Amino acid sequence: MSSTTPVDMSLRHSEKPQFSEEKMAEVQRIIAQFPEGKEKSALIRILHIAEEEFGGWLSIETMDYVAEILEIQPIEVYEVATFYTMFNLDKTGKYVFEVCRTGPCMLVGSDQLIEHIGKKLNIKVGETTADGMFTLKTAECLGACGYGPMLQCGKKYHEHLTPEKVDQLIEAYRSGNTNTES
Amino acid sequence: MRRLLLEHDQVPGIETYEVYRKQGGYRSVEKALKKMSPEDVLEEVKKSGLRGRGGAGFPTGMKWSFLAKPEGVPRHLLCNADESEPGTFKDRYLMEKIPHLLIEGMITSSYALGANVSYIYIRGEYMWVLDILEKAVAEAYDNGWLGKNILGSGFDLDLYVCPGGGAYICGEETALIESLEGKRGNPRMKPPFPAVAGLWGRPTVVNNVESIAAVVPIVNDGGDEYAKIGVGRSTGTKLISACGNLERPGVYEIEMGITVEEFIYGDDYCRGIAKGKKLKACVPGGSSVPILPHYLVTKTATGEDRLMTYESLAEGGFESGSMLGSGGFIVFDEDQCIVRNTWNFARFYAHESCGQCSPCREGTGWMEKVLNRLEHGQGNMRDIDLLADINKKIEGNTICPLGDAAAWPVAAAIRHFRDEFEWHVNHREEAQKRNYGLISEKTASA
Ligand SMILES: Cc1cc2nc3c(=O)[nH]c(=O)nc-3n(C[C@H](O)[C@H](O)[C@H](O)COP(=O)(O)O)c2cc1C
Ligand code: SF4
Ligand code: FES
Repeated sequence: MSSTTPVDMSLRHSEKPQFSEEKMAEVQRIIAQFPEGKEKSALIRILHIAEEEFGGWLSIETMDYVAEILEIQPIEVYEVATFYTMFNLDKTGKYVFEVCRTGPCMLVGSDQLIEHIGKKLNIKVGETTADGMFTLKTAECLGACGYGPMLQCGKKYHEHLTPEKVDQLIEAYRSGNTNTES
Repeated sequence: MRRLLLEHDQVPGIETYEVYRKQGGYRSVEKALKKMSPEDVLEEVKKSGLRGRGGAGFPTGMKWSFLAKPEGVPRHLLCNADESEPGTFKDRYLMEKIPHLLIEGMITSSYALGANVSYIYIRGEYMWVLDILEKAVAEAYDNGWLGKNILGSGFDLDLYVCPGGGAYICGEETALIESLEGKRGNPRMKPPFPAVAGLWGRPTVVNNVESIAAVVPIVNDGGDEYAKIGVGRSTGTKLISACGNLERPGVYEIEMGITVEEFIYGDDYCRGIAKGKKLKACVPGGSSVPILPHYLVTKTATGEDRLMTYESLAEGGFESGSMLGSGGFIVFDEDQCIVRNTWNFARFYAHESCGQCSPCREGTGWMEKVLNRLEHGQGNMRDIDLLADINKKIEGNTICPLGDAAAWPVAAAIRHFRDEFEWHVNHREEAQKRNYGLISEKTASA
């Protein structure tokens, strides 16, 4: 079930988040896609933006801030943030590797890939490296089944992976080159 | 080999408006808005025999004709681009490569339905595809295909793209609607059906990406022309996303009615099993459809050629058939372990159950646990029967079909590969070390 993660009330940002003027304009553009009185429909997309803007995860403050913008109750935001697997309710590493573990990817070696990355980074699934650079997660089918094994990092899909390619990928991210093709 | 949707997928720059238009893009909008009434468009879609490409195969024209049209109440067309069924990645290919085809289909279809505000709901993980679509939508506005009074016809349409947040269940149409309303993706009880009370309680049609794209050639060439392709009630072309142990996995547009044999082994398609291995099994329509052992993949139980059609893939029913489903074609080679794969899929459904109905929430969890036990050499014979029993408790006792989708494939795997499940019980240590492969008489390839 995707809805078991409780909201950990201890996870807070020290300051109240605030969108830049530019981001706020984007948020308003999205809200305007829905009829009057139905602004809540913009919630999921705004949460994606908020997560990206405020450190890669959703703190209580961030969620409360989104509730304020949409003029809804904070609980309506928590409900949604805890249901969908893409939202991080916890701090993560700078780069989150989400490796697809579902059948079609497994048939072409995702189990071995997950094991390899874990060894390489010296972490288990769900953990973050000590330097805060990488978090390793697994994901269910990401719609790249013919191009597996694969992983998602941020907006990017890395497909047709091999241990060598993943090693290169890790090095590339370490050196700040996030535009790597793979 | 005719291609109606992916005809231009290799044309450089086809994702841009200029190139798409030069290849004949947006003709269906011109034709529909200038020469046809909404009813005429509906009539062509009915004639085409097009069936929903999202998995259920419900006739699109019929679905459209159910849309309630109360005076003064806005109606909506929603495009289901949630694409999360394991094995399925065709919609992504279409949207990534030819975004304007979907937008064109949305305009023509919205016109037919009398929808003035339409949405494309895309899975959140496809965020870069959302960017591609939004860019194409902006181009369509700039060139007068969206907005007010399109082509002077008096028809207005606004089109928006909305992301999900990562949840397979949001592909179920009422969960999609909930999600689009900014809520958790819990499927709704039906009735009322979306056609009567959908998005914000308004009459709504939800269609798959590929179904909507198919409206473009149907309007351009006429429904009768479209219906000439295919066999029986499986008309037109179908996108198949092929994956697993294939020499050439990928997205193919097939004419309905080619043989499964040709699709797996043909030079134009998958070119056989990877690394020269043998075929062990196939799940032809996404993870929710029954698995077929190799001797039922290319032939039916009565020895007829199995065709890539709704009917032929289902030939033999639960006993010896499967389904075309979403077109997620998953192929297993001789080294693969059916128990492990069944467990993997069960884990998927347990993870994705929305948790509203106890039979599904608890049942998917139990199936995962029991299969995990079996796969790891800790199960016993009773577990195998227990699985069949859990099946019966979920089936038909839930709000949405996810419970069934989780249970049926397990039943099929046990039906066809019971020996393999038993081997996991009888060879605990060995089962940990290696896969069952093709060792039994029953499944050994000739
Ligand atoms: C659990 C579940 C997941 C589904 N996922 C999808 C999906 O990702 N994409 C899709 O088009 N239809 C999906 N469907 C089917 C939709 O509910 C709906 O039937 C379909 O979008 C209708 O469009 P069509 O008639 O054009 O096929 C799913 C159904 C269920 C029960
Ligand atoms: S069957 Fe499963 S996924 Fe569907 S509504 Fe019930 S609990 Fe949710
Ligand atoms: S199974 Fe990995 S992307 Fe679909």
